[in-house]
Amino acid sequence: MTVDQWLRSAVADAERRGLPELVSLLRMLAGATIALRAADWNPRPDGRPSVPTTDER
Amino acid sequence: MSAEARTIAELGRALRDGTTTAEAQTERCLEVIAAREAGINAFITVLADTAREQARAADRALAAGDDRGPLHGVPISLKDLLDLRGTPTTAGSHVRRGHVAGADATVVARLRQAGAVFVGKTNLHEFAFGTTNEDSAFGPVHHPLDASRTPGGSSGGSAASVLAGMSFASIGTDTGGSIRIPSSACGLVGLKPTVGEVPTTGVVPLSTTMDHVGPLARSVEDAATLFAVLLGTVPPSRRPLAARDVRLGIPREYFLSRLDDGVAHAFDETCARLRAADVVLSEVQIPHANDIAPIYLHIVLSEALAYHGPMLEERPEDYTSGVRIRLEMGRYVLAEDYARALRGRQVLQGEVGAALGGLHGLLLPTLPVPATPLGAETVPMGEADEPVRAATLRLTQLFNLTGHPAITLPCGTVPGGLPVGAQLVGHAGRTNDLVDVARVLESMISG
Repeated sequence: MTVDQWLRSAVADAERRGLPELVSLLRMLAGATIALRAADWNPRPDGRPSVPTTDER
Repeated sequence: MSAEARTIAELGRALRDGTTTAEAQTERCLEVIAAREAGINAFITVLADTAREQARAADRALAAGDDRGPLHGVPISLKDLLDLRGTPTTAGSHVRRGHVAGADATVVARLRQAGAVFVGKTNLHEFAFGTTNEDSAFGPVHHPLDASRTPGGSSGGSAASVLAGMSFASIGTDTGGSIRIPSSACGLVGLKPTVGEVPTTGVVPLSTTMDHVGPLARSVEDAATLFAVLLGTVPPSRRPLAARDVRLGIPREYFLSRLDDGVAHAFDETCARLRAADVVLSEVQIPHANDIAPIYLHIVLSEALAYHGPMLEERPEDYTSGVRIRLEMGRYVLAEDYARALRGRQVLQGEVGAALGGLHGLLLPTLPVPATPLGAETVPMGEADEPVRAATLRLTQLFNLTGHPAITLPCGTVPGGLPVGAQLVGHAGRTNDLVDVARVLESMISG
């Protein structure tokens, strides 16, 4: 699920549950999730390098 | 508070040379509570009668030669997140209405065994999920030096009680900075041990992999005394360090890039004093520092929701609106992103460990701002504003993620007199080594 898809779904759910004040927080969380997924330490199935942990150094 | 006894160490000497009693000192704390509590709101429960009984028992024991050690007869407060048998543990929330603890938390039992006197349970940000103490079912805590400001949180009542002279020290918890943030804002010493060192049994959880229990005190020596009791050990006999032997790393990028001008000035002055004492300061890097907040957010939301989810369904109206809505965010964190955050935590653990290589510790400010105004949503930071929560967590949350021990010491004030704190971070599992470094640098850092 992309972050955009996730955010649309989460916002719709928050509104359905009568929690409109949650929407701005979900947008903030979406920004954090984009950053998390973009981090260069995420391991990649295609074998491209990621940052090793200390144990691997 | 007695003019003669400001610290636990000083009180201990006075108790043993007969110039004061635990009963007299407890009464002084209760008098300060009576005089100032209405304006500060530091306590949820004041235990006046039982504190007096404990103090009298401590005096009788000491007179009979039963000396329990450095905490014997010392009035302290407990964050109302820790179970104290026979009293409510409110966690600052109506959710806990009617709760009465059936047993002491492990750390409370150790403090009781050490002879401490419990003057009360302190106010906090509801369920420790915030840094300002504004979201408490029992109302906000006011900073003892400026009632228009928060003392920081979530252990804000604990810090306020110590600063105001309502107790000699307090025991708090720290999941993103909740001991260090209020200690810094109130000019105290606050110690977050290495993760897992101090048991959390009987402590209401927030994030089970990042929760820590530790002391807020008026000196490093007092923090060390309390830490030893929390560990359940005798304080170790240590070989004193010389300042010229101490080597510290300063993680300038990210951590020092956005500071309030007054905080930046106080921290620069601190570094200058340390250099003048031949402490070696060098620059270090945390390469993925920009990922700290996203990693922390995904872990704390997931773990907090794991605990609160059922209650949010059952009695959402019993939470304060601010805490409820942030807990609700946890429902939307995907498992894949929590797993990514755990991977990110490992990377950060490695980077902090690498930064500490060959050093005694890291040195950075504890808070980028002084105590913030009650009701503020943002704080000015350079040319832009920053949300209060993000700003106050920015320099502390990394060490909850990685588990490294960290201690804050007062390092001056901003214009107007609000305190600034400097944070020392040590090697994982070597909290006593960190305390040794703090002890030798205390007078230099505090100016």
